[in-house]
Amino acid sequence: MMKTVFKRTPTLKDCPTHYCPGCGHGIAHRLIAEIIDELDIRDRTIGIAPVGCAVLAYDYLDVDMVEVAHGRPPAVATGMKRTNPDKIIFSYQGDGDLASIGAAEILHAGHRGEQITVVFINNAVYGMTGGQMAPTTMLDQVTATTPKGRSAAEQGYPLQVSELLATLPGTIYIERCALSSVAQIRKTKKAIKHAFDLQLEGADGMSMVEVLSPCPTYWRMSPTKAMEWLENNMTKVFPLGRLKG
Amino acid sequence: MCGNEALAESAIIAGCDAYFGYPITPQNEVPAYMSRRMPEEGRVFVQSESELAAINMVFGASATGKRAMTSSSSPGISLMQEGISYLSGAELPAVVVNVMRGGPGLGNIAPSQADYFQATRGGGHGDYRTIVLGPSSVQELVDCMPLAFDLADQYRMTVMVLADGILGQMMEPVVLEKKKGRELPPKDWALTGAAGRKQNIVRSLWLPEGALEELNNKLLDKYKQVEKNEVLCEEYEVDDADIVVVAYGVAARIVRGAVSRAREEGIKAGWIRPITLWPFPTGQISRAADEFRIFLVVEMSNGQMVEDVRLAVTGKAPVLFYGRPGGGVPTVDEILDQIRQLTLRPKT
Repeated sequence: MMKTVFKRTPTLKDCPTHYCPGCGHGIAHRLIAEIIDELDIRDRTIGIAPVGCAVLAYDYLDVDMVEVAHGRPPAVATGMKRTNPDKIIFSYQGDGDLASIGAAEILHAGHRGEQITVVFINNAVYGMTGGQMAPTTMLDQVTATTPKGRSAAEQGYPLQVSELLATLPGTIYIERCALSSVAQIRKTKKAIKHAFDLQLEGADGMSMVEVLSPCPTYWRMSPTKAMEWLENNMTKVFPLGRLKG
Repeated sequence: MCGNEALAESAIIAGCDAYFGYPITPQNEVPAYMSRRMPEEGRVFVQSESELAAINMVFGASATGKRAMTSSSSPGISLMQEGISYLSGAELPAVVVNVMRGGPGLGNIAPSQADYFQATRGGGHGDYRTIVLGPSSVQELVDCMPLAFDLADQYRMTVMVLADGILGQMMEPVVLEKKKGRELPPKDWALTGAAGRKQNIVRSLWLPEGALEELNNKLLDKYKQVEKNEVLCEEYEVDDADIVVVAYGVAARIVRGAVSRAREEGIKAGWIRPITLWPFPTGQISRAADEFRIFLVVEMSNGQMVEDVRLAVTGKAPVLFYGRPGGGVPTVDEILDQIRQLTLRPKT
């Protein structure tokens, strides 16, 4: 007698992704797909894809999705949620999208307390454009545009967006997680699910889960090494845990 | 009612579900009016943090199939160009009102027609068009709003209502009434949650070879339909005219006065007033140029629409220009002088 012990969750499409080996996006996508299926909200969920490596997220997540201008997902989400309060709106954004070009949009969506769920993938680098410095790039981290490593004097310190957003009365739940191990991945799923739950309950404000995610290609490491670097280095600048709510 | 308030009420009557905007003079009466009236109607008003956010909020609401609009003035419209390009790529309907002021830069807050190029050429990046309506009275501004929403929904395009500071601030009596709209196609592309159907995707990225070319050509076919079906234009005593003055918006009202006075003086003058600035009434102007007559284009700028008139006339007749930029408003006397000079009438 055969027993199914694991299967693909229906909202995750049955296709290969364009992501590099060891990239965290595939894991994050699967977590979101599982959560949508577990909460049984596929028929009322609208997702927003960013500009960045995850721009084609709609090729992998089988929900209604839109792809928008760089950094603008929180504004688009505002337009969607205000006109469709019964729908579940989530944005999926990288560190360039959310922390750099879209800093104003995320700040003000949080400030207004938009009832949306934000999944913020922080991999400390611009992936799609070729590994340039992100606002969240670590000090001394070598990127395509910080060939000598990021220096605080020249490029500033890594931007801690979650800490910043947690100060706003309009945000109700902010947690930082990591995809660095099975245990951390489980915690990440729990956090994202909580963020969706809050929206389902109609909780009054924005929730965001920051997900530290490996980018072996532009960290110039093996996937295994990238997981270790994430756990040992990134979490020192971006401490894990619940910042609010 | 001032033009700004009238256009806002007309949008509500036309079924606008959501208004998003950021304050800028001379259109501040629109968001102020909407902030009061939209909640009364159970609809959405959000004062955004910027024009970038406002146009993207419109994008979001529109992607779910709702009727959404924003309004702004010239510098703010510059910021919205990114969003308008994305709306065009994603084929989402949207209504954008530009109550023009003087530019470039921060310019001033006086009425102007200096955004004609930006409006009609697509100020954002990429191969796209927006439908541009240029009303010349508060009543016409009111009538433009339901038309703008219908055109936006019918063609899945951005429709820009190009007003100016005078129209926005001017008080005129208006009739506001619900009229029967067009028969519109169902919004089966809208993002509503994939209940009992396949996933819908709204996007403007087309990476595979040839995919974007295919989209651009599909857009081109659509734009050709708009050019064929949606041109609006008004003309007056063109048939026997020696001189035809072409103007739109508020400038056309001043031209009307100047042409009437020229006729009283025995000058055979007429006018043509484009109402749709894109699609431009190229055919009407070209036909008027089949018989030799002088064309005078009057704008509140240093000459933008004049280029479209020259393209329409194709060298068949002389096209001259009189304009006042930077918030200057031409007077009836100034235009009449131009008409007299061009028709070799001595100054009286």
